[in-house]
Amino acid sequence: MAKRVASVDKKRCVACGVCENTCPLAAVKVHRGCYAVVEETLCVGCGKCAKSCPVGCIEMKERVAV
Amino acid sequence: MKKKKHWYDYLWIWAIIYFALGFFNILFAWFGMIDFLVPLGIAIFGGNKFFCNHLCGRGQLFSKLGGDLKCSRNKSTPRWMSSKWFKYGFLIFFLTMFGNMVFQTYLVGAGASSLREAIKLFWTFRVPWGWTYTAGTVADWVAQFSFGFYSLMLTSLLLGLIVMVLYKPRTWCAFCPMGTMTQGICKLKNNGK
Repeated sequence: MAKRVASVDKKRCVACGVCENTCPLAAVKVHRGCYAVVEETLCVGCGKCAKSCPVGCIEMKERVAV
Repeated sequence: MKKKKHWYDYLWIWAIIYFALGFFNILFAWFGMIDFLVPLGIAIFGGNKFFCNHLCGRGQLFSKLGGDLKCSRNKSTPRWMSSKWFKYGFLIFFLTMFGNMVFQTYLVGAGASSLREAIKLFWTFRVPWGWTYTAGTVADWVAQFSFGFYSLMLTSLLLGLIVMVLYKPRTWCAFCPMGTMTQGICKLKNNGK
């Protein structure tokens, strides 16, 4: 599994869906119009969502081993 | 991996057509009500932001221009621009101006004020726009609303383009009044779920 994973700051997310449209693996989706949620098992940590997020609420973090 | 294209991935074309039509006949401005009512309808009845996420032609246009055509510096949006007070402040300001526009329409309809064939940019600069309307085509208030509504749409487009160039392609989405409203509705509906 990829070393990095995207993490969304729910409080700052505006649920615009740019991350969802940018993600090549459909690993991030807007949940009920409230905030984006990352499906960690699908995320490969490419960071495209973090780069495109207009409010910069997505951070790439080291994946915590399960 | 190539994503499957949907019909609604081309709605940025609609955004261009909408603004272009306003240069020929201002009455087309009424179509903009779709962009007001559909997102609210989807949020109220569907409880999601499908409009923002997939149907917003303006957002797609910003993505195209700022992303694909690289007309954006791609710098991070200043924090205050996506802060709560700014988002809600802008929403209140925007709605107040919308209300004012509706009131102007009412005044013209009631005969207390006469039709002004001009649009107002950034709520300040009056630009003569008379060539897009032949007096008497429709009731004066219908035309007045068109001018007022188109002013609002064009102003927000220009604001969006400015922040697109300065920051990220879709920085506008950070404080878009429709987005703030629909997200608020969704949050209320889902009650923090």
